Amino acid sequence: MTDAKQHLEAIQDIRQMMERSSRFISLSGWSGIAAGLCALVGAHFANRTIHSSYISSYDGGRIHGTSGSIARLLTDQLFHIALVTFVAAFVLAFLFTYVRSRRQNIPIWGTSSRRLLFNVSIPMVVGGLFILKLLEVGAYGLVAPGCLIFYGLALVNASKYTLGEIRYLGFGQLILGVMNCWAIGYGIYFWAIGFGILHILYGTLMLWKYERK
Amino acid sequence: MKNPIEHLNKIFDSRIRLGIMSALMVNDEVNFNELKELIQVTDGNLASHLKTLEESNYLKVKKGFVGRKTNTTYSVTKAGEKAFKIHLQALEEMIKNMS
Repeated sequence: MTDAKQHLEAIQDIRQMMERSSRFISLSGWSGIAAGLCALVGAHFANRTIHSSYISSYDGGRIHGTSGSIARLLTDQLFHIALVTFVAAFVLAFLFTYVRSRRQNIPIWGTSSRRLLFNVSIPMVVGGLFILKLLEVGAYGLVAPGCLIFYGLALVNASKYTLGEIRYLGFGQLILGVMNCWAIGYGIYFWAIGFGILHILYGTLMLWKYERK
Repeated sequence: MKNPIEHLNKIFDSRIRLGIMSALMVNDEVNFNELKELIQVTDGNLASHLKTLEESNYLKVKKGFVGRKTNTTYSVTKAGEKAFKIHLQALEEMIKNMS
């Protein structure tokens, strides 16, 4: 019955090839962990900024100005923290994945990675613009849920082009983001759980599943 | 009792050709180097298999340039898609009949 074995092998070959040629599978678990740690550090600094702003709003005995300008100053600072966090997380995530793709001999800039990046970018870019608009009109409470929701959508969209498990990470972010809509003001905690804890959890699971030696 | 083997496509007997077709089925187009990396064969070997598939009109070849380097991309034709699907169904039949 070697014939049967041959046909089964043929089918396995086909499946493997379809998988390998359509998904970018070099995403490293370390990338998730690193991004998560960045988010936790960022959240810590943001938290400190928020709390210290209540004190600094007295500003040396002067009656503090319009709360609007304070809010603007605060969001400016928070915006910068968020930006630095995002860039650091992205760079570190990229590094670990780059190293892994090197080891696996998969080009970091091939069709599969390009497609992944493109599909992640769609919700991220649109979300980014939307959030900038939120900041502009002063709907600060919606910024954190907005980040989580758009990022969750980006991950769900990405799951077709990389490791399938990223879908569940996306669902997690979406659930947090939606919950956060009804807990305005606690954004920083949801942020830390979503971008921090969930990433670390996901990264650890992926390490354990795919990269155990 | 019909013979399921008659639907198995001789052209897809080779693992390399099967690999090429599989990769092309899920991607709009794949270039030579990507195929080489995916299937892990030598240039000459891959080229000869691609030739065979091209001659049976299963794939389209598009020769282009990236800078000064040649960049040849391949995509599956309607006929190729159909042939591949029939081949898959035949494989499925075979395996069903074995139980």
